Amino acid sequence: MFGLNKKDTSLLIIVACLTMFAPFILNPFPTDSGLAQFNAGYPDLMQRFVIFGIFAIGFNILFGLTGYLSFGHAAFLGVGSYSAVWMFKLIGMNVIPAIVLSVIVAGLFALLIGFISLRRSGIYFSILTLAFAQMSFNLAYSVLTPITNGETGLQLTLEDPRILGVSATADGSIPVTNLFGLEMRSTFEMAVGPWAFQFNAGYYLCAFIMLAAFYLSIRIFRSPFGMMLRAVKSNQQRMNYTGLNTRPYTLAAFVISGMYAGLAGGLMASMDPLAGAERMQWTASGEVVLMTILGGAGTLIGPVLGAGFIKYFENIFSKINDNVLHSWFSFMPDGMEDAVVFLIHPFIGKGWHLTLGILFMLVVIFLPGGLVEGGQRIKGWIQGRRAKDSSTAKETNPAE
Amino acid sequence: MDAILLQILNGLDKGSAYALIALGLTLIFGTLGVVNFAHGALFMIGAFCAVTLQRLLNLSYEVVDETQTDFLGNPLKVKTPYVEAWFGPEFGGAIIDWAVPLAILFAIPIMIGVGYVMERGLIKHFYKRPHADQILVTFGLAIVLQEVVKYFYGANPIQTPAPDALNGVVNLGAAIGMDIVYPVWRVVYFFFAVVIIGGIFSFLQFTTFGMVVRAGMADRETVGLLGINIDRRFTIMFGIAAAVAGLAGVMYTPINSPNYHMGMDFLVLSFVVVVVGGMGSLPGAVLAGFLLGILESFASMNEIKSLIPGIDQIIIYLVAIIILLTRPRGLMGRKGVMED
Repeated sequence: MFGLNKKDTSLLIIVACLTMFAPFILNPFPTDSGLAQFNAGYPDLMQRFVIFGIFAIGFNILFGLTGYLSFGHAAFLGVGSYSAVWMFKLIGMNVIPAIVLSVIVAGLFALLIGFISLRRSGIYFSILTLAFAQMSFNLAYSVLTPITNGETGLQLTLEDPRILGVSATADGSIPVTNLFGLEMRSTFEMAVGPWAFQFNAGYYLCAFIMLAAFYLSIRIFRSPFGMMLRAVKSNQQRMNYTGLNTRPYTLAAFVISGMYAGLAGGLMASMDPLAGAERMQWTASGEVVLMTILGGAGTLIGPVLGAGFIKYFENIFSKINDNVLHSWFSFMPDGMEDAVVFLIHPFIGKGWHLTLGILFMLVVIFLPGGLVEGGQRIKGWIQGRRAKDSSTAKETNPAE
Repeated sequence: MDAILLQILNGLDKGSAYALIALGLTLIFGTLGVVNFAHGALFMIGAFCAVTLQRLLNLSYEVVDETQTDFLGNPLKVKTPYVEAWFGPEFGGAIIDWAVPLAILFAIPIMIGVGYVMERGLIKHFYKRPHADQILVTFGLAIVLQEVVKYFYGANPIQTPAPDALNGVVNLGAAIGMDIVYPVWRVVYFFFAVVIIGGIFSFLQFTTFGMVVRAGMADRETVGLLGINIDRRFTIMFGIAAAVAGLAGVMYTPINSPNYHMGMDFLVLSFVVVVVGGMGSLPGAVLAGFLLGILESFASMNEIKSLIPGIDQIIIYLVAIIILLTRPRGLMGRKGVMED
């Protein structure tokens, strides 16, 4: 289907089902139960899942295929956000032109930075991209304030022209982002018994775009172009010796992944029309690196898993506090309960980054292939045991 | 003229912090071939050594003094630090006042220990892995270290003043008939950096240990074949590099109140410094540190800012990009080090 082989098609269908039914899947607990705080099925968080999924898929096209580790990808996301918000300010509140513009601008920006940075490889490439991203971040904060609105961040105002729309709605407030009239924030709530499921227009827009982005990345992975990028990763020198100029390929990969980042930025601004410079800071670039590695760099599904994993647990861990812990461990004797809560305390709530850092280190040390490799190992282990069982069963029956 | 001299001083001052961190980074890179993204965290840990010592020295007990009353009329509780009780108010007070310089002695063993544990416990296992993996695991370690510090010390910057005697300003230009007023502690910082850098270089140049280390940097395998346990020496060098970063942090606390993410802020800059100086070149790191410091402070002069707005924000990165593209090995990089 769609020019994919059977395995990829089923992967795409699985991802499609997961994203389409996410409001159900992420809301397994009834609203009034104690576990309701682990529900992640509300629009804001679900939008973040898919948007960061797009960002990580794009990053993976560069890092997973070519092995070039960029530490400045957040710059493209930031540029995308800014251009989308400008589109809302000048043209109108429809998200399509904003998203298109953010992809184009991020692509051009990536072309410029990639053209220079890709002259070097290895750690020098990482440092060059880092330098460019920090430069954009610093400029956005200082000199470019007329464009970026500095520390406050770029916001919509009532005075914006919006030639194709209205500057202000009839009741004098700022109009909201929409897709040909369908408001991005409009949410349909469905109550089934004690459960409440929310279907958000913005989430579904993001989800469809993510599916398209995911499909495109599968095609890139399976194309001759993708093969070429992998060849660059495994031995660039040999590629050069065969008389092939690798730079156009790496540059194309860089620009594509920059456009993915811009798309993510544009969607982010479409869901919540403001843009700030902190989205471009290098720690933000570090976050997408974490997502991709944690999920599994170079695999198709890895980055999506990583993005979902990090965003989900970031949200859940920050909500757990000592009271919740006490209620969990209340079956233990008092002293032990306090001790356990005391031990876990540094890792929850505000300590989420500590957990993330430790988790990330463990993954890099023991599972360089990320969660995907972990899954494969478990699968292999189960299958290995089964194979062993059947082989021992055979041995007990000597063939005479 | 005054303004230019002042900017040079500013630059030397900024540059000395860059140079110290970059020196440690290069020591690690040149010896072990590891790209250490956790180096900024070491700088931060050093700074928090100073904070810890200051807090330890200020541990005090309370005595209710019946002769004095507070504004509500209750008897006043007088806090006396233990140090003052043991050594007398005058000497004890001086010890508390000089907490930051004393923290140097406190920080050296701690930093060497931290460096040793880091190398033996984690980085040792990453020699054979690609540079990207080294970057990632040390990046993760940096996050963990900074979150641990945040857990114990909170997220807000902590004031750690310099000793009163070194807190004022001094007129450096008096001898040559000019008026250059400059904070004393920054002058102290510069000289401290010079001493440390000189110490490291002479240690490498004039001791047998340093000679072996230099030989190991040039050709690790051959030195190993000669029956020298080069790994152990490199581990010690890692400890020393950590100590250099830590001391840079200790002395930096009065200039900028330490907070848990100060390391990350410096890390990016110091990597740029290392790359400009040339990966693996110690003199290059120091030279580039001071050079970029001076360039940065000149770029922040109002005259230049009005000429090219925003230049002060990006000058370092701009220089790094130009250098990397025109001189791929950096200013003083050696052939064959991280060429790919």
